Amino acid sequence: MESLIGLLVGAPLLGAAVLLCGGRRLDRAGHWLASVLAGASFVLGAVLFFDMLGKDGEHRALHSHLYSWVPVEGFQADVAFQLDQLSMTFVLLITGVGTLIHIYSIGYMEHDERRRRFFGFLNLFLAAMLLLVLADNFLLLYVGWEGVGLASYLLIGFWQHKPSAAAAAKKAFLVNRVGDAGLAIAIFLMFTTFGTFAFAPVLSSATDASEGKLTAIGLMLLLAACGKSAQVPLQSWLGDAMEGPTPVSALIHAATMVTAGVYLITRSGAIFNAAPDAQTAVVVVGAVTLIFGAIVGCAKDDIKKALAGSTMSQIGYMILAAGLGPIGYAFAIMHLVTHGFFKAGLFLGAGSVMHGMNDEVDMRKYGGLRKYMPVTFVTFGLGYLAIIGFPGLSGFFSKDQIIEAAFAKGGTQGWILGTVALIGAAITAYYMTRVMVLTFFGEKRWEPDENGNEPHPHESPSVMTIPMIVLAFGSVFAGGLFKAGDSFVHWLEPVTQHSHGDSPVSAATVTTGTVVALLLGVGAAWLQYGRRPVPRTAPRGSLLTRAARRDLLQDDVNHAAFVTGGSYLTRSLVYVDHKLVDGLVNGTAATFGGLSGRLRRLQNGFARSYAVSMFGGAAVLIAATLLMRAV
Amino acid sequence: MNPVNYVYLAALLFTIGAAGVLLRRNAIVVFMCIELMLNAANLTLVAFSRMHGNLDGQIMAFFVMVVAAAEVVVGLAIIVMLYRSRHSASVDDASLMKL
Repeated sequence: MESLIGLLVGAPLLGAAVLLCGGRRLDRAGHWLASVLAGASFVLGAVLFFDMLGKDGEHRALHSHLYSWVPVEGFQADVAFQLDQLSMTFVLLITGVGTLIHIYSIGYMEHDERRRRFFGFLNLFLAAMLLLVLADNFLLLYVGWEGVGLASYLLIGFWQHKPSAAAAAKKAFLVNRVGDAGLAIAIFLMFTTFGTFAFAPVLSSATDASEGKLTAIGLMLLLAACGKSAQVPLQSWLGDAMEGPTPVSALIHAATMVTAGVYLITRSGAIFNAAPDAQTAVVVVGAVTLIFGAIVGCAKDDIKKALAGSTMSQIGYMILAAGLGPIGYAFAIMHLVTHGFFKAGLFLGAGSVMHGMNDEVDMRKYGGLRKYMPVTFVTFGLGYLAIIGFPGLSGFFSKDQIIEAAFAKGGTQGWILGTVALIGAAITAYYMTRVMVLTFFGEKRWEPDENGNEPHPHESPSVMTIPMIVLAFGSVFAGGLFKAGDSFVHWLEPVTQHSHGDSPVSAATVTTGTVVALLLGVGAAWLQYGRRPVPRTAPRGSLLTRAARRDLLQDDVNHAAFVTGGSYLTRSLVYVDHKLVDGLVNGTAATFGGLSGRLRRLQNGFARSYAVSMFGGAAVLIAATLLMRAV
Repeated sequence: MNPVNYVYLAALLFTIGAAGVLLRRNAIVVFMCIELMLNAANLTLVAFSRMHGNLDGQIMAFFVMVVAAAEVVVGLAIIVMLYRSRHSASVDDASLMKL
C-alpha cells in the first residue's frame, strides 16, 4: 500500500509533463488524458482510504520513503511521504473536486486554442498540492508550496494577452512570495531549534523548545498561511486572481491553494498549542479576515469577485477555528471540506452563468436567469443554501461547530470571537442572498451591447452540469455525514487531538443564534434587492460601500505603506550611491588624473632633455653607491 | 707611466662627450660625442686591464667596439632618413615623440 502513495502525486505530475512537453499532436486528446490521470489519482486515494478504514485509529498512518534528497551528516532532507488521516482528507478533497473541475473544464475551455496547456497546468496544480499535503517533512512541503504558487501564477495569468490577467498573476505571485519567505524562515528556525524539519520529531518534541522560539516559528508559519490562504494582511491577491478562467478560480478556492494555509496551521498544531501568543495571532487574523472578506463580498457587482470575498471570509472561519487549538482543528478541516464542495459548486455555477451570458460578469446585468438555466439554478441554489448555513445542509453543521468552538474558547476572548463569527454568519447570508437574487431572480436586465449582440442565456452542456450536480450532492449531504456521530472528529482525532471546551452558552443557543443571524442576513438582502427593481448601474452608495468596492482600500494601503515607502528608500539609496560611492571613486580617479597631467609635462619630446634625466639619474645612482660605500 | 693617468684622460674624454650630447643640437655632432663617451669607457677598460694585469678588460673593450660599430650603422641611417624627411639634422626638430 505504501508504494501507492508516490503514485498519487505521480499521476498528475506525469500528465503535466506529457501535456506540456508533448506539443500540438496532443491537442485533441490532452484534456481527456489530464482528466483520466486526475481521476486515477482519486481512485488511488479512494483505495488507500478504504484500506485505511480497515485499520484502527492509531495505526492508520502510512509512510513511504522514496529517496534521500540531500543525504548529509546532520542534515537529512528526504523525499518521503506520510499519509495519515489529515493528509487523506486533503487527498480525497483535492483529487475529487479537482477531477470534477477537470471534467467541467473540458466544456468550459472548449473554444480555447490553448486548452491542452491549460490542462497541463491544472495537472501540475494538483500534483503540487498533493505533494504539499503528502510530504512528511517541512522542506518537501515547501517544494509543494512553491509548486502551488507557480501553478497558480500560470493559471491566473492563463489569458496572458489581457494585461489585467498578466498583472493579476504577477500580483498573486509576489504577494505569495512574502508568505513563502515566512515559511522559509520558519523552516530555518525549526532546523536550528530541533536539528531537523521532519514532522514527527519536530512536532513530538515541540514542547521541549523555549516558548519564545516556538512563538517565532508560529508567527512565521502564520505569515506563510496568510500568503497562501489570502488572509489579512496578505489578502490582496485573491480578488485580482479572478482574472483567470473560472475553473481555475474554483480550483484555487475549493480544492487547492487557499486551503494550504489551514493545512499548515493544523499540521503544525503541536507548535501552536505550545505557543499561546502565536495562537492568539492566528485567531485575530482569522476573525479580522472573516469580517473583511464578508464586507468586500457585499459590495462587489462582479459575481466572481463577490464569491472571492466570500472565500476569504470562509477561510477566515477556518483559520479562526485552527487558532482555537485542539477544540477547533477538526472543525476547521471539516469546514474546509464542506466549503470545498459548495464553493467549487458555486464557482462552477458562476462559470456556467458566464458561459451562457457572453462572459458578462456584472450581476446587475443578469436577473431572472432561473428560467433559462434550471440546472445551474438548482445546483447554485443548493450551494448557496449550504454556504449560508441553512439548517440540514453542509455549511450549517460545519459553521455551527466553529461558532460553538469560538464561544468555548472561554473568557472575554471567547465572547468576542463567538460574536464576530455570528456577525460573519449574518453577513454571509446577506451577500450570498444578494448574489442569488441578482443573478437568478427578478426581471431580466441584460441588453444588447453596442454591436447589437444580445446574450441568449442557455443551459450549459452536460459535461459542465454533471460536475455541478455531483458537487451539489456534496454540498447537501457532506456536513450531515460528518456530523453524524461526530464521525469526522473521531476520524481526525489521532492526528489533531480533540478536546471539548466549556462553552458558556449551550449548543442549542448557538444554533438558534446562527439561524437568527441567517434569517436576518437573508431578510435584509431580500428587502434591498428582492422587493424592488435593481438599477443596472450601481448607485453611489455609502462611504463603506465605496470603500468595499475598492476592496476596503487594501491596494491603497499597500501602495502607501510599501510602494511609496519603497520608492523613497530606493531614491535615497540611489542618491547616496551617486553622491557618496560614485563620488569617492570618481574623486580618486580625478586626483590621479590631475597628477599624471602634471607628470606628463616631463615628456616633451626633446631627446636632449631625456638625456639630461638619464645622466642625472646615473649621477644620482653613482653618488648613492659611493655614499653607501663610504658609510 | 702611471696607468692612472689613462683613467684621468678617460674621465676627461667622457665629460667632453657628455657635455656635447647635452649641449649640441646637430645630430651628427651628438653622435660623435656618443662615440667619444664609448671610447672613453673603452680606455678605462683597457687601463684597468693593465692595472689588474689580466685581459678581461681588453676582451670587454672589443665587445664595446663591435656594438659601437653596429650602433653607428643604425644611428647614421636614422640621421640620414631624418635629414631627408625634414631637411634638418637638429635633434630639437625631431620632437614629435611626446604625449
